[in-house]
Amino acid sequence: MYLYNLTLSRASGIQSAIYGNFSAPKAQEIIVSRGRVLELLRPDENGKMQTICSTEVFGVLRALAPFRLTGASRDYIVLGTDAGRIVILEYKKDKNAFVKIHQETFGKSGCRRIVPGEYLATDPKGRACMIGALEKQKLVYVLNRDSAANLTISSPLDAHKSHNIVFSICGLDMGFDNPVFAAIELDYADADQDSTGEAASEAQKHLTFYELDLGLNHVVRKWSEPVDNGANLLVPVPGGGDGPGGVLVCAENFIIHKNEGQPDVRAVIPRRTNLPVDRGVLLVSHATHKQKGLFFVLVQSEYGDLYKVTLEYTGETVKELKVKYFDTLPPAASICVLKTGFLFAASEFGNHALYQFQGIGDDDDSVESSSVNLMETEEGFQPVFFDPRPLRNLLLIDEMESLMPVTDMRVANLLNEEIPQIYTLCGRGPRSTLRVLRPGLAVTEMAVSPLPGNPTAVWTIRRSAADEFDAYIIVSFLNATLVLSIGETVEEVNDSGFLATTPTLTTQLLADDSMLQVHPGGLRHIRADRRVNEWRVPGRRTITKAATNERQVAIALTGGEIFYFELNAQSILLEVEKKEMAGEVACLDIAPVPQGLQRSRFLAVGGNDSTVRILSLDPTAPLKQLALQAVQATPESLLLLDSPATGAEGGEEGAGAGALFLHVGLANGVLNRTEVDRNAGQLSDTRQRFLGTRPPKLFAANVRGQRSMLALSSRPWLAYSDMGRYNLTPLSYEALDYASGFASEQCPEGFVAVAHNTLRIVALERLGETFNQSSLRLRYTPRKFAIHPDHKTIAIAESDHAAVPLAERDDGAVSMDALPNGSGGAPQGPEQDEERAALEDQFGAPKGPPGQWASCLRLVDPTSMQTTHVLELDNNEAAVSLCLVQFPAHTEEGLLLAVGTCQGLTFYPRQCDEGFIRIYRFQDQGKALELVHKTPVGGIPGALIAFKGRLLCGIDATLRMYDLGKKKLLRKCEHRKLPTHIANIHVMGDRIYVGDAQESFHYFKYKKAENALYEYADDIVPRYLTSALQLDYDSMCGGDRFGNISIVRLPPEVSAQVEEDPTGGKFAGASGKLQGAAHKLEDIVSFHVGDIVTGLNRAAMQPGGQESIIYGTLMGSIGALLPFTSREDVDFFQHLEMHLRQEHPPVSGRDHMAYRGYYYPVKDVIDGDLCEQFSQMAPEKQRSIAEELDRTPGEVLKKLEDIRNKIL
Amino acid sequence: MATLQDRFNINSQLEHLQAKYVGTGHADLNRFEWAVNIHRDSYASYIGHHPMVAYLAVAENESIGRVKYNLLQKMLLPCGLPPEKDETE
Repeated sequence: MYLYNLTLSRASGIQSAIYGNFSAPKAQEIIVSRGRVLELLRPDENGKMQTICSTEVFGVLRALAPFRLTGASRDYIVLGTDAGRIVILEYKKDKNAFVKIHQETFGKSGCRRIVPGEYLATDPKGRACMIGALEKQKLVYVLNRDSAANLTISSPLDAHKSHNIVFSICGLDMGFDNPVFAAIELDYADADQDSTGEAASEAQKHLTFYELDLGLNHVVRKWSEPVDNGANLLVPVPGGGDGPGGVLVCAENFIIHKNEGQPDVRAVIPRRTNLPVDRGVLLVSHATHKQKGLFFVLVQSEYGDLYKVTLEYTGETVKELKVKYFDTLPPAASICVLKTGFLFAASEFGNHALYQFQGIGDDDDSVESSSVNLMETEEGFQPVFFDPRPLRNLLLIDEMESLMPVTDMRVANLLNEEIPQIYTLCGRGPRSTLRVLRPGLAVTEMAVSPLPGNPTAVWTIRRSAADEFDAYIIVSFLNATLVLSIGETVEEVNDSGFLATTPTLTTQLLADDSMLQVHPGGLRHIRADRRVNEWRVPGRRTITKAATNERQVAIALTGGEIFYFELNAQSILLEVEKKEMAGEVACLDIAPVPQGLQRSRFLAVGGNDSTVRILSLDPTAPLKQLALQAVQATPESLLLLDSPATGAEGGEEGAGAGALFLHVGLANGVLNRTEVDRNAGQLSDTRQRFLGTRPPKLFAANVRGQRSMLALSSRPWLAYSDMGRYNLTPLSYEALDYASGFASEQCPEGFVAVAHNTLRIVALERLGETFNQSSLRLRYTPRKFAIHPDHKTIAIAESDHAAVPLAERDDGAVSMDALPNGSGGAPQGPEQDEERAALEDQFGAPKGPPGQWASCLRLVDPTSMQTTHVLELDNNEAAVSLCLVQFPAHTEEGLLLAVGTCQGLTFYPRQCDEGFIRIYRFQDQGKALELVHKTPVGGIPGALIAFKGRLLCGIDATLRMYDLGKKKLLRKCEHRKLPTHIANIHVMGDRIYVGDAQESFHYFKYKKAENALYEYADDIVPRYLTSALQLDYDSMCGGDRFGNISIVRLPPEVSAQVEEDPTGGKFAGASGKLQGAAHKLEDIVSFHVGDIVTGLNRAAMQPGGQESIIYGTLMGSIGALLPFTSREDVDFFQHLEMHLRQEHPPVSGRDHMAYRGYYYPVKDVIDGDLCEQFSQMAPEKQRSIAEELDRTPGEVLKKLEDIRNKIL
Repeated sequence: MATLQDRFNINSQLEHLQAKYVGTGHADLNRFEWAVNIHRDSYASYIGHHPMVAYLAVAENESIGRVKYNLLQKMLLPCGLPPEKDETE
């Protein structure tokens, strides 16, 4: 089996973010690492974050740092990865790509302890950078420029110190003195030797300064001093005239300013009043804002509180260090302060946000701690308390949706839609959500208004070519035309000059600002001064079709005659030529006049005889046929579209940059996309896509300022270009009849459309996203969910560690009595109340001691996306697993919900006071739950499943079967010898497939006669399974904790043997070697995804499409593995992948094959993410690779597009 | 044939490796030292792979920054105190 891996929607979580000017001087930009994707983000003028460029790097991105050479105006990017290399990138605006400037190898690949890559620090003056490992190694590279102003990098200088764990590194601001880097180090050498534990308890963290002597080209350990043992983060302080210099050491509960030759200045970090006393406050992210004569540092604590740190100083001496509570945001992986007064917070979990500064915390009533009034008592330093408050200094401007962390995922069609929905459990704590993902773009409805009767068509028209916004909406009915003017409101007008008593075929604003109305009886040319010229159709014929642009008009009459007009210099539409076609004309199109030219050169004509023709509009040979293409069905609609031109190497999809494409919507619902030769008009390279059951109608509309295509079939589609790639995506909206582009002040880029008897104005949001989301707030971190097959309700198990259950919270807003008990009252809780939910979103839930759990069960109705029932669990129980089960002996109970819970669960080691299985019955058509009974099981019930009318559960490392009793579950049989912990169970027939948390799959068979479970096969390699999917009777697909997906299969001969004899020809009690099972599974597929796979599903994401494995990862990406159906395709893609590995090495410097074979060698999976980078290569490279494959670049791109279209 | 010279070389090469690559074993490595190395390597790998830290953070309901810090702190004594040295060795 060969699979094609394709990421459908890239990871949405952010690992780290940096701020700088990357594309142009003063451009406010942010570069984020999403684990293995590098992205450039930029807030647009409306404050919406836009993704400008996104690249898969096929490596682990661990650290990012910007730097700027002295006197330069743009920043470079340094990457710390797992490649054992330092990589310096530059963002090239013309190519819209990250270009590798330098790549220097220094060590082995992989995230190793002593190989640098985890920490990066740059000198603020851009003269050097330090790349450090967690232990021992630190390398310093000197950066400079040569005579041609190119960036140069030196060979590395080392600043190693063995037996030292490094906590943080930063580059100090030394002005133009020698660059100095600071590090927090902890020496463990003595602690490892001393068995009394004395050395360990005396182990002391040191703050060490490393100076790079630029003159001697040498790094010296300049200064080292003990520092608070809770130190975890260094923040450089502006120096060299702008500030006192030195470094802020963030330690648990303290911030300390340290500098060589200066006394320490220490202040406590204010803490929340409701924080348990034994919890410290750790700072996790920081950002510095610097402007003339002013700087401050914003630091964020692990609970999300932002503090503003300011220093009072004279010269280099700091007099006072002040830490003031600023605001509270959800905890962020990185925060960036933009020079334009924005703050970008890349959340650790959940949506990222862009805020605008409303103030800089100059008010006096916020709690502030200062080094001056630091009080030392017998128990240590006197803490300062505050209560978090709603945002005061920041204002939320935009949110970027993030699925991270996805804890469970399932593809199901609960709503009977055309394609199944993806249900994901996302988020953590109070920011948790259940999200439903549907392929397609999200659409915002701006207005819907009813019309008298059913309109047939709609257009918008501007008053003059120079206008920014549309002036009129013209709606055509079967026998009339309605003109609406767009102003404050949209209202009917009669003075527009349009003929109202006839239907309209098309309207157009001509180049001289006159308007044209084409109606069946003729052309009505309304001059700018409202004089009207009419051209009447000769004889008794009528116009059937028309196509226009600013200067050209083509009409088709009944009988199949085409007339062609041009606008002459006297602003008169002049008939140029007419031509008799073979049969009736089905559709016509002319492209807009290209900039700087007099006319567009081609007219596309679709005939009822299933042909498409290209006619020349050249004055020398008007209406001469240039090309003819036969298509499978009658063309219903045509559109000529320029694919946008891009830079030399930029990622333009079409074979040549700026190619012209003819789109044809056929009567059978297929969209053809054919390239038109710009000179000869020849048609070539047709690509097809089935859009829906109705013939697609094609319309041009502006998207991001580019002419794009809207295709209306049984659902609307949009073809647009995103980051240089052609995208054809469905819109998540109902079917439309006719549409046109629309621009007004309120809606600069939208569509006006008609559907039945309504007129709608819609706008698009979040272009570039594959899925659109609708979400429902949850209370605690969701763990697992199950779907009731009859009621179509979703049951979710939620639980949070170290949290305070709702009932015990002392805010009094919700008491246990107010919670629902299924008796009609609507469910309540903080997540149901918008106001409270917003506050919890911001502040997080109150913290409890370790080992305390808050947990609940929830029923959700997916149709209305409403919670129908919530049950809080008591006794410190946490729900960890659930399944639906039916017991044949108790059919009257119907389908029951079994929930595995554990009381007082703790980790390291994983254990609990007691585990239970609770059985619930559904009431009220699956809208409520009622407890039947609960059974103690003596361990953690990690996995549950229904099996042959019984309940099979994994309790720690025991596989046990239960039947339903009156008061509790009855134990039937068990198997005790699994290696560590059962993570998941699947069943089919007599076979049981158990996934272990560390030791991969184990295949069992249940023998009814003996009431015993036999293990007959297991895997040969350890896999720390997090998710599993049964593919067939012999094969299992599993995702593991280290980011691999693999498929194992029972060899066919063993499978056959086992069918007859569960021991497979061995003694029942006999085990294989080393306590293993008698038979071994075969590895048939393995692949490193690079992210923890938390959901695996098998689904077809297209009506009538092929099934593929859809996976969801913790960082929020959704991907697919599509099985190849022909050997020929496999060969092609294998070769393409091979060439790309050589010709287009990943930007991270990691070897692609080594990355995809991170833990197990990659086997039988072709990486589509790499293959798709073909389109980003330079045309000549594309050609040379295509030649090697005996194809043209166009054919390669078509292949890539085809295979992508098979999945989604 | 291995000469005395070669043996010396192999030993000195080994010493060089041990100095260069932390965690390279030697003939007298005891169980504790081995385990300490394995644990430190594992923690380093967890910290390096962001999804792994995030995974732990979700389970423990702590912030990612805190989980990273805890893992680093654990690198000091990952397996508890070293066993008492046997003086006779």
